[in-house]
Amino acid sequence: METIKLKGGSPVFDKIFKIGCAIAATYVLAIIVLIVVQLTTNSYDVWAQEGISFLTGSDWNAVEGSESYGAAPYIAGTFVTAGIAMLIGVPLSIGIAMFLSELAPKFMRSILSFIVELLAAIPSIIYGLWGLFVFRNYILNWIETPLNNTLGGSVWLFSGTPFGLDIFTASIVLAIMIIPTIAAISREIMIAVPQSQREAAYMLGATKWETFKMAVIPYSKSGLIGAAILGLGRAVGETMAITLLIGNATGASAFPSSLFSPGQTLSSIIANEFPEASNGSLQMAALIGCGLILFAIAISINIVAQILVSKVLKTHQGAVLA
Amino acid sequence: MKKILLTLAFMLVLIMPATMLHASAQTSQSYTITGAGSTFIFPLMDTWRVQYNDLYSNINLNYQSIGSGAGIKLLEQKTVDFAASDAPLSASDQAKAPGVLTIPDSIGGITISYNLPGIDKGLKLTGPVIAQIFMGNITMWNDPAIANLNSGVNLPAQKIEIVHRADGSGTTYAFTDYLSKVYPQWKTDVGQGKVVPWPVGTGAPGNAGVANIIKTTPYACGYVELAYAYQNNMTYAFVQNADGNAFVEPTIDSVAADAAAASTNLPTADGDWSKVSIVNQPGSNSYPISTLTYIMVYKDLSQVSGESQGKTQQVVNFLNWIITNGQNYSSSLLYVPLPASIVTADQQGIAQIQFGGSTVPEFGPIASLVLAIAIVSIIAVSAKTGLRFAPKL
Repeated sequence: METIKLKGGSPVFDKIFKIGCAIAATYVLAIIVLIVVQLTTNSYDVWAQEGISFLTGSDWNAVEGSESYGAAPYIAGTFVTAGIAMLIGVPLSIGIAMFLSELAPKFMRSILSFIVELLAAIPSIIYGLWGLFVFRNYILNWIETPLNNTLGGSVWLFSGTPFGLDIFTASIVLAIMIIPTIAAISREIMIAVPQSQREAAYMLGATKWETFKMAVIPYSKSGLIGAAILGLGRAVGETMAITLLIGNATGASAFPSSLFSPGQTLSSIIANEFPEASNGSLQMAALIGCGLILFAIAISINIVAQILVSKVLKTHQGAVLA
Repeated sequence: MKKILLTLAFMLVLIMPATMLHASAQTSQSYTITGAGSTFIFPLMDTWRVQYNDLYSNINLNYQSIGSGAGIKLLEQKTVDFAASDAPLSASDQAKAPGVLTIPDSIGGITISYNLPGIDKGLKLTGPVIAQIFMGNITMWNDPAIANLNSGVNLPAQKIEIVHRADGSGTTYAFTDYLSKVYPQWKTDVGQGKVVPWPVGTGAPGNAGVANIIKTTPYACGYVELAYAYQNNMTYAFVQNADGNAFVEPTIDSVAADAAAASTNLPTADGDWSKVSIVNQPGSNSYPISTLTYIMVYKDLSQVSGESQGKTQQVVNFLNWIITNGQNYSSSLLYVPLPASIVTADQQGIAQIQFGGSTVPEFGPIASLVLAIAIVSIIAVSAKTGLRFAPKL
């Protein structure tokens, strides 16, 4: 018979282990601090010149001599596209996850969930090019133009000139991009709900929907919020696909005035203008300032997510995140 | 007769070591020349890389097409041998990188491309009309300003869908340069730059992006680099020349004519290029919307990290090659070859490149020394022995 032997542990190894872990943990912290320091110092010029109007203004003029920068339209564009993408993406993703974990026949589950995970691995440039070359024409001819013709005059949401490269197209492709991520994680979370919970619900005579509502949702609520936040994180930071699809307006015309107006997000303006911005110029500072705002948005999203999750956890004592 | 042959043989023997030394100087050690910048020049640069490597297998070119601005950043950090840029160094960049030579390496033309179903290329436009279209003052294709220039063309009563570049770009720099020159209101209201505050239109990334949107959107109009317009079989406008006596089709020849007309006013390689513009030059066949693209290289290469005397020599050889033989590859890739006058100016610029104060001759120093000795001894020997180059009369 074999026995597992522990080699004599020594307090020295324990210390080394502790220090090693501490270094690993500090590394993350140090990177974050360095990012903040770099973003702040390199964007200092634009804050000094524009002040708070960099956040609230809408001018964007990089012509030498008349430079002036305001990021408000791009902040709005970031929130609007991410918001619409979440509105479309989250319900669909939870539907997919529900189908995969509760309803789908056994043999389909593994195949379908494999495909969903495969979709999550498609690089964003592929979605972007597909959107530009293929999807744009469909959405322009079949959705935007008819909507604009019938409702464009009365509903501001559908006014403007449909062009196919606008907030609407960008948001929909963004939704398509975040669905696999949210769906795959949501499915994992739903699968982790103990079978006994479901059995208990069925025992009370619950239907499939009732079981889902009574047993699965309360148990996985916090996890689902976490999944949605991950999707939101991807939506806010997404660059390539958005740059190809959003129409890239600058200045005041980049404010999302309707679904069919071209816009711009914080990440897309950085992608567009950074490579040709000259070193040390105010334009460079403004673009780095956009990066700082994006960073602040990402941090706030995560803080809000933490608060939400802990609140949900409190109200459902005993429900453990998978 | 016998004497002439003897002389020739004698010369050959003496000059051979020089040429062999020269050849060995080029093949003995392998070097990687590094460059970074313009995406516009990349297809041509990549051809140059392959062709030059075929000729001199020990020389590799590592060119990163990361954008002109980023290329200039690397030049300022002194981590690349040369930068390629579609716009000249601005005054502030010159202050950050003193002693940089500006060497034009190719010419680009910019077309006004459009998608008008049923209308072929050759819509006639003048500079002010183009400016007003891109300002949003002319919004319809059948606007009298366009119709008056194109009698006989059935212009549709459709809105002009403007497409412009979304990314910072040398194409935009040159296009807005032209519009500022021909329409003063453009200069005051919009201005010139790699990114400008466009009053109207949709932005698309890259020449390819703009070309794609124009191709797929009826009644769209935008500005696209000549090579992209040709490759995508786009329809484009003929633009009125500076003389005002003709509407010129954008072709390799008409863009070259414009550049040649501008070449007399160009500064020297070490001068201030920030105000250089070759748009709207005189000449009945000069296509007015064109631009130079540049290579930027330090006059004293010893300050670049990883540089050596030998490598500097190779950089000089390579630059000399691209502005001369390298230009032969331009036309097939739809780039405009440099006119002779600019090549001469470039050669004078490249001759200024040094390593730590000593100028680098194009011919290897030892080789030229041997050659000089050979020539001197030929003269001396032929004088002594009465050998002649020409038969005695």
